[in-house]
Amino acid sequence: MAVSAAVGPGRAGSTGKARRARWREGPAGYVFLSPFLLGFMGITAIPMLYSLYLSFTNYELLGQTYDWVGLRNYRDLFTNDPQFWHAVQVTVLFAFVAVPLKLAAALGVAMLLNRERRGTGVLRGLFYLPSLIGGSVAVAIIWRAMFDRTGAFNSLLAVFGVEGKPWVNDPDWALETLMLLAIWQFGAPMVIFLAGLKQVPTELYEAAAVDGAGPWRRFRNITLPMLSPVIFFNLVLETINGFQGFTSAFVLSDGTGGPTDSTLMYSLRLYDQAFTEYKMAYASAMAWVFLLAIGLLTVLLFSTGRLWVHYADEEGA
Amino acid sequence: MAGQALSSPPAPAEAGPPPRRTVREQAIAHARRRRRRAAAVRSVVRLVVILAILAVVLYPALWMVGTSFKAPDEVNSNRGLIPEQFWPANYPDGWTALPSVTFGRFFVNSAVIALATVVANCFSCLVAAYAFARLRFPLRGMWFAIMIATLLLPSHVLLVPQYVLFNYFGWINTPLPLIVPKLLATEAFFIFLMVQFMRGIPRELDEAAKIDGCSAYGIFWHVILPLSRPALVTTAIFSFIWTWNDFLTQLVYLSGVENYTIPVGLRMFQDSGGENQIGPMFAMAVLSLLPVFLFFVAFQRLLVQGINTTGLKG
Repeated sequence: MAVSAAVGPGRAGSTGKARRARWREGPAGYVFLSPFLLGFMGITAIPMLYSLYLSFTNYELLGQTYDWVGLRNYRDLFTNDPQFWHAVQVTVLFAFVAVPLKLAAALGVAMLLNRERRGTGVLRGLFYLPSLIGGSVAVAIIWRAMFDRTGAFNSLLAVFGVEGKPWVNDPDWALETLMLLAIWQFGAPMVIFLAGLKQVPTELYEAAAVDGAGPWRRFRNITLPMLSPVIFFNLVLETINGFQGFTSAFVLSDGTGGPTDSTLMYSLRLYDQAFTEYKMAYASAMAWVFLLAIGLLTVLLFSTGRLWVHYADEEGA
Repeated sequence: MAGQALSSPPAPAEAGPPPRRTVREQAIAHARRRRRRAAAVRSVVRLVVILAILAVVLYPALWMVGTSFKAPDEVNSNRGLIPEQFWPANYPDGWTALPSVTFGRFFVNSAVIALATVVANCFSCLVAAYAFARLRFPLRGMWFAIMIATLLLPSHVLLVPQYVLFNYFGWINTPLPLIVPKLLATEAFFIFLMVQFMRGIPRELDEAAKIDGCSAYGIFWHVILPLSRPALVTTAIFSFIWTWNDFLTQLVYLSGVENYTIPVGLRMFQDSGGENQIGPMFAMAVLSLLPVFLFFVAFQRLLVQGINTTGLKG
């Protein structure tokens, strides 16, 4: 599905006739592509290179300096900035805990919903609703109020006789509150899982039942392998998104990444350096480290993916 | 280990005429009957579990609406779902809570930016998608690969240099940095969605139009544009919702209160002691999500389909 669909457009033939046709349509092709090309060059590629250049300078938006300083920003980041390492830790912890839990919730509910009957569409839509609104400032404000000392969550705990905490203001629990907000939005990966589950042939389950495989066995030996491309797709997408989280962390912590930096996501630190301190060069260096880290992580995910992702069409070759 | 049935490859969908029922198939049919009976019992349990999870998932949203109708003295004492006293005054109170500017201003600003983004995305991405899906030109494969690569590019890398660029143009505190990039097909998600969609439009229609004397431009105008309406609608809905909810870029580029959008305005409300006015703040939060919710109700099916074709995030 979506993963395998991301291949290039059909290759044009290499015969002389096809090549002539390609050149004849060439001008029209570039006319239609021109907004994209202009955008790619002007707003993506050149600014990226410019930011790479900036990261080797000491440029500050309000300052007078604009000198080449070599690797100094990078050296400062790695050896002289405990906040940077702290942000890295918070972000990695957030992504590595919230993403697997979110995917587990998504898969679990998808399997519960994977029966065609009346009302399934509405249920699916309702579970999806948090994904649609969860990234907004409004929901982050609600979340903050819910997990405050006087919030709804503590009143729920009080019903069970458990004494609550000011969760968002407790350094030990603020990040968990943030994770919960991310997990709450499990609807988007759930919808993708549902589409994947529909592709699993029911004969496999029936044959397995005849052979005496129980529900766990069927899940472990049929559902998981058949679904592994979709799991992989969701894992890559959600991990990359998880690393970039900004809005919820910003609103939940009043823009500080607090309490005591416990929710200082990487993007928050980057924002702070760039737009509060106006240290554009330093922030550029942070952005490039981030880009390389994300790139490395993606490569890592894809290379480990080889070990467990099972593509049905590769089988029996 | 788990039986030979597990290791046999999945049967192809259309496999000739059905063979005679073997012992094995009778066993399968028997198992099917037995499982159907067990399934009836299980489906009730399943439904109860689903509804319980749904209640937990929807609670924050319902609590938000409930709290937005609570009287000021009730907010801290009654943390439940239902207000004891229905207090709609939170809405006008929140609307005018900030000095010098009302939430109406934020709504107008958000709407202008969101609608401009919808139009810009629909136009620029459709045009690019047509080139990728239908036209043959040199380096097409390379540009397509680059477009896909930008899907994975974290926006953080572009935040600083784009700010420097737009600052140079004098565009800070105007909506231009939020709209102009969309005119240049920078939302690769939508290009990809439309390419996928156009591959499903029969090429015979292009050929027929070509025989009738249509150029590449004519085919775009008379064939692709009218037939791409479903993809355009999906793009429009997602563009609207994403822009409506977007915070980071609006926070960065809009510095004057008169240009604030809803997310930035809400954030300012929270910052300026809104913690003490939970009711009015929640009322504005509810209002801010209302357009998204209406879109959701009207286009639920399309939204879910949109995620399925491209895997894009909600």
